[in-house]
Amino acid sequence: MIEAAVSMSALGLGLGLLLGVAARRFHVESPPIVDAIEGILPGTNCGACGYPGCRGLAEAMSEGAAPVTACAPGGRDVALALAAIVDTDGGGGGAVSGMAEAEPTVAFIFEDHCTGCMRCFKRCPTDAIIGANRQIHTVVTDACIGCNACIEACPTEAIVARVKPKTLKSWYWDKPRTAFEARGAEVAA
Amino acid sequence: MSFPHFAALFRPSQFFGIRGGVHPETRKHLSSESPIEDMPIPTLLRVPLQQHIGAEAEPLVRRDDLVVKGQLIGRARGPVSANIHAPTSGRVIAVGHFAAPHPSGLPIPTITIRTDGQDSWGPRLGRLRPENATPEEIAAKVAEAGIVGMGGATFPSAVKLNLRAKYDLHTLVINGAECEPYLTCDDRLMRERAEEIADGVGIMARALGVAQIVVAIESNKAEAISAMQRFDRALDIPLRVQVVPTQYPMGSEKHLVKILTGRETPARALTADLGVVVHNAATAHAVHLAVRYGEPLLSRVVTVSGRAVRRPANVRVLIGTPVSEVIAHCDGYAEEPDRLLLGGPMMGQPIQNPRVPVVKGTSGILALTRAETPGLDTMPCIRCGRCAQACPVGLTPFELNARIQSEDLEGAGRIGLLDCITCGCCSFTCPSNIPLVQTIHYAKGKLAEAEGRRHQQEETKRLAAARKAREEAAAEAKRQMMAKRKAEMEARKQREAAAPPPPPPAQAMAQPGGAAQ
Repeated sequence: MIEAAVSMSALGLGLGLLLGVAARRFHVESPPIVDAIEGILPGTNCGACGYPGCRGLAEAMSEGAAPVTACAPGGRDVALALAAIVDTDGGGGGAVSGMAEAEPTVAFIFEDHCTGCMRCFKRCPTDAIIGANRQIHTVVTDACIGCNACIEACPTEAIVARVKPKTLKSWYWDKPRTAFEARGAEVAA
Repeated sequence: MSFPHFAALFRPSQFFGIRGGVHPETRKHLSSESPIEDMPIPTLLRVPLQQHIGAEAEPLVRRDDLVVKGQLIGRARGPVSANIHAPTSGRVIAVGHFAAPHPSGLPIPTITIRTDGQDSWGPRLGRLRPENATPEEIAAKVAEAGIVGMGGATFPSAVKLNLRAKYDLHTLVINGAECEPYLTCDDRLMRERAEEIADGVGIMARALGVAQIVVAIESNKAEAISAMQRFDRALDIPLRVQVVPTQYPMGSEKHLVKILTGRETPARALTADLGVVVHNAATAHAVHLAVRYGEPLLSRVVTVSGRAVRRPANVRVLIGTPVSEVIAHCDGYAEEPDRLLLGGPMMGQPIQNPRVPVVKGTSGILALTRAETPGLDTMPCIRCGRCAQACPVGLTPFELNARIQSEDLEGAGRIGLLDCITCGCCSFTCPSNIPLVQTIHYAKGKLAEAEGRRHQQEETKRLAAARKAREEAAAEAKRQMMAKRKAEMEARKQREAAAPPPPPPAQAMAQPGGAAQ
């Protein structure tokens, strides 16, 4: 008993020391831009961009391998913030202006089709899906980032992405048309 | 008459208005001479759970429950929220969603009650003797009664009555300006219920611990002024009526304080920073009913006006009454209205569905004819600067408009987009009919949405971090368990190798169990 504990702790201590020394000795400075990009990204590691987590995307973006528009859940705001610090046109992806009209989407579960298999539940990076084994799941809209990871995981295709429903708090008036635009519409008609 | 007394009579505010502002035709004569009438109980009441600023109330009843008048059916959730009570007795036929009294018409959680016509009261709230009650007790009573600011902003009144904890307050201002055209509900209430309002004012002043009360009334309400001037003290706190010039937007809280005290509230600060709290006259009446009689806020006076209404009137309406029934009570439409508004014509919001309910903040129902609504043919800005002259906050709406139209919301924010009170003076005064305030509404909504998204992103980041930490902890626990088990196995093997005779089976069984603990 004693010798086991001693040997295990000695092993742990020795290996830990080794790791600590190695970390100091072989430390690789990551370029500060990667940290800056990671700070802007949603940080949910949802994988919607195809890179291993937000860190992976940040590294790819800093090397110019991924466009600033790669983060779909982040949407236009994130893309604009990234474009300000990254050399744009990295990877030749879509332009930020193309994202202007994209409304944020959230996942929605059709309860008739849900079998309560827990696969989407396990896959959700923000714990936005609630449910239990063999019980119908549902999505907490406020916590959903629209990464669509659950849609791929669902075996019964019970989940769809749909435009985030407007509430009284998020609704606002449309932009009024200027005189110029109104005249243009008149002429077109 | 001694000199200081004489000097006190001279108040420059009577002669000078606020910066900017406009003088729209008031058209209050349509309804100002009709006394407040009680509307008969409608068959259906739709009571939204969110009639106030803040968190929506939590429903306490279910379908098929019987409710009595004054019963709590929605409990305030969180510090800034308000209770909701059943406006009359009846049966709950739905707890679901119904169109909101809002330009979007989006569905919001609503309790639908089929009234039984008995109007039978349940137990009332416990009464208070405000002369002896502590400020906290009064504020708690006001919170219990679900009273919110009835001028239209619908901020929970109890929260405002509790401001004395944080601020050094000296004056309570009662807002009886009612500067919006058409609206006469506060005017009528002050004329007919002056005594009750004065009492409510005194109760509120006591809760706030202020030294004086000022009732501000616009100069075009002579009868309301003389009615309120009968009182010079409310619960032994000195009260004076201050006549303010008739000018829009005189009823804006910060402008009223500016004209009464000569001090301007800083941007994004509260009037409480100057030691002044502003409450509406109708709110004072509701406080009186709650504290003296234990009646929660169940009804309100609504001005039904506009030239499309056959009989403009001031009606006491139960909360939750459909707008269409209130109009039917006023003999319906004289002609097809061009626009149906909730609130005044300057800041009120159009509604599409006339079946939406009257809520605590509905001060007016206006059915306007085409002749009363402004033309829609927008022309280019000629940079005349009238909007900048009219802006009571000192902004440059034409510049804001230009920046917003080119989607430069940040630039608009730099020149004061968030200080705009959306009073509508700029749109009213624009000779080119440019929808200036409408553009600002859009920009404010868009900014709020972006802000919300940023907030959500931070929150989801936190959720993701929590999930990661949880998963790592689970993995770590598993690894430790594995290591422990491995060590045990190792130890047993060693012991088995060391001990030449096989140990008694009982001991071998007992050992791993003991180690596991």
